[in-house]
Amino acid sequence: MLNRILSGDYPRSKPLTALLLIIVVSLLLGPFLFDGIRAFTTLGMICVFIMVVAAYDLMLGYTHIVSFAHTMFFGIGAYGVAMATSNIGSTFPAVLIGITGALALSFVLSLLLGLLSLRVKAIFFALVTLAVAFAFLSLVTQLYVITGGEDGMRVRVPRELGPAFRPLDGTLPGIDVPTLLKGLLTQPWNLGQVWQDSLFELRLSGRNVMYYALLAVSAGVFLFLLRLVNSPFGRVLQAIRENEFRAEALGYRTVVYRTAVVILAALVATLAGAAFALINRYVNPENTLNFELMVFILLMCVIGGMGTLYGAIVGSTLFILAQTYLQDLLKWVGQYTDGIPLVENLLGPGHWLLWFGLLFVLSVYFFPAGVVGQLRIWSMRRRSRDQQPPDGPEAEPLPQT
Amino acid sequence: MNKETTAMPMSDPIQEAPRQRRSPRVWLSDFQENQAHLFLLAAMLILSLAVIDFGTWLVLTISGIAMGGMLFLMASGMTLTFGLMSVLNLAHGAFISLGAFAGGTVLAFWLDGFAGAPGLMSNLVAIIPALLFAAFVAGIVGLVFEKLVIKPVYGDHLKQILVTVGGSIILMQLIEVIWGPNEIPVTRPESLSGALMLPESLPVIGGIVLEKFRLLAVVLGLAIYAAMLWVIDRTRIGILIRAGVESREMVEIQGYRIHLLFLGVFIAGSALAGLGGVMWGMYKEILTPHMGDEMMISVIVVIILGGLGSIRGCFYGALLVGLINLYIGFVEPRLAAVATVGLMVGVLMWRPQGLIPVIKV
Repeated sequence: MLNRILSGDYPRSKPLTALLLIIVVSLLLGPFLFDGIRAFTTLGMICVFIMVVAAYDLMLGYTHIVSFAHTMFFGIGAYGVAMATSNIGSTFPAVLIGITGALALSFVLSLLLGLLSLRVKAIFFALVTLAVAFAFLSLVTQLYVITGGEDGMRVRVPRELGPAFRPLDGTLPGIDVPTLLKGLLTQPWNLGQVWQDSLFELRLSGRNVMYYALLAVSAGVFLFLLRLVNSPFGRVLQAIRENEFRAEALGYRTVVYRTAVVILAALVATLAGAAFALINRYVNPENTLNFELMVFILLMCVIGGMGTLYGAIVGSTLFILAQTYLQDLLKWVGQYTDGIPLVENLLGPGHWLLWFGLLFVLSVYFFPAGVVGQLRIWSMRRRSRDQQPPDGPEAEPLPQT
Repeated sequence: MNKETTAMPMSDPIQEAPRQRRSPRVWLSDFQENQAHLFLLAAMLILSLAVIDFGTWLVLTISGIAMGGMLFLMASGMTLTFGLMSVLNLAHGAFISLGAFAGGTVLAFWLDGFAGAPGLMSNLVAIIPALLFAAFVAGIVGLVFEKLVIKPVYGDHLKQILVTVGGSIILMQLIEVIWGPNEIPVTRPESLSGALMLPESLPVIGGIVLEKFRLLAVVLGLAIYAAMLWVIDRTRIGILIRAGVESREMVEIQGYRIHLLFLGVFIAGSALAGLGGVMWGMYKEILTPHMGDEMMISVIVVIILGGLGSIRGCFYGALLVGLINLYIGFVEPRLAAVATVGLMVGVLMWRPQGLIPVIKV
């Protein structure tokens, strides 16, 4: 059963399994474990970006296609839903029309981009996508009448997905884990009090319905991509990554595969963009189309681990947590470094990205496989140290000359 | 060295064969095929002249060339870096910002007395140090950047893209740490602000108003282009660079330390980016840490248009981008960026290697 769901691609490392379990359980029980609107938004963003980063990893990690147009498709999805709901009305058919239209547009654009990659070589493709994404961004910013320009658009979601809708009359109990942990660390003698403090009551609203729908879509997309990369199709992608020339010589039409990957990643990004619009309920060029967002996706993908879809989960969780909470941490550190001229500035809460950039560069040098890849390498080493494997794959026979 | 070894891959090919009379159509298709950059430039000038009236067109053209000059300054370093060592430096935009901030500091804080004073001489006392300081800072940071960030990932395009994107984040954030997150206004020196008006008595071009700063940008861009062409075509270093672009291994086999050469080119390229950054900053009269990133798109379009690694191509690409920006911006301002990218896509469809191809990627 589990084998079927995970397509035979297990985490293959105990720490990684533990990490993934923590993340998955936190996401599943999210609204019951974390109180407050900020935590809720963070959970939603993690779900959205798991999709975005997994799709990006399909291109970057599995096929070595560097595309900077991923946010363009993300933005198409977000604006598709936003424009459909504001023009037709906040109903489910409108949302559906928006998503369908966005998917169609993304399909056409990504097909064109994929065909363009026929004409130009790999590194050109990266530059061309960068330029095209920029042109799209500027178009969206300029077409004020349709897209709201810099001001963006408010997304009027259907009532069933909004905060006013109550699926249940009563409340459900919840435990705020951060408060609990903080209490356990600071006053472990006062267990009862801490327990009481961390309890809270959750009134289910349409936002929670939206969250669980998003989680289901995200899990479905992720498992689908996991199935895909472990299928013969995925093997061909990896062959293209390792040596495109040889893959072509084996008879695979690499152009078809590459175009298919570009289109597929674009469609998933569009879907994620639509989900983003629904959960965030506000889209503007900055939160959907900006080049900075593209860099963030790149960071998530690489830090999590290129070429491993689990890296998408780990990477996006780590990054979004850092984005939301590293500023608090830096602020806290800042109390102690106040007054030291340069350090004070370097550790300012606004400069969390500096440290993440540094981490990124260092991880490209020293842990090119990312968090997931490195954990797998370590546990593989440990396993091969523990037992001299008689059941390992046989060594390749030497070529006869 | 005899003539054969100094044959210039960047100069126009063809010709030599005895010229014979050809029909205009043959001539045109030949021109289109062999001198694509000039063909495109001529086509753009003629088409725009047909739409826009002459006085406006002239002003737009000169502004476009000025913008092209600044773009060329910013883009030339990146194209040479790619041509020589096939390093794609996506942090180039950060160097543009860095130069703008370094030069802006000189103009706005250190020598602001000279910059604000009337009179050309006292202005030059501020402008020349600003340009030099920007080039110097960008060059030094370029040196460190090459040693720390780029050197470990030679030959691996994917890692280069990742690492230089990361490096660009770090540089931008450091700029914010040093200069603060706010925009810094930089007033143009007194003698460069304002405009020249051509005397009414001149026959066709009388009464046209030209901004002084744009004229300076045109002159500086042309001067740097001429200097670079001279270095590339006439000096020993230029021969080595050209040879390195053609085949790195062969240069190494001859006993030259190509890495030192590359380091030099990288530093020079960063310095040029810094120079372009100051010019751009003075043009915009406001400095933001992300101004380099915003220019990166135009820079990328320029180097793709010209053909990666080609100085001549970079120059013509910069002119084309500058002109199309101004022309389209005049007709429909909202479409300027789209037109720039459209031009690039169109050219790529027509000539996948760029207008003046040098290397085979």
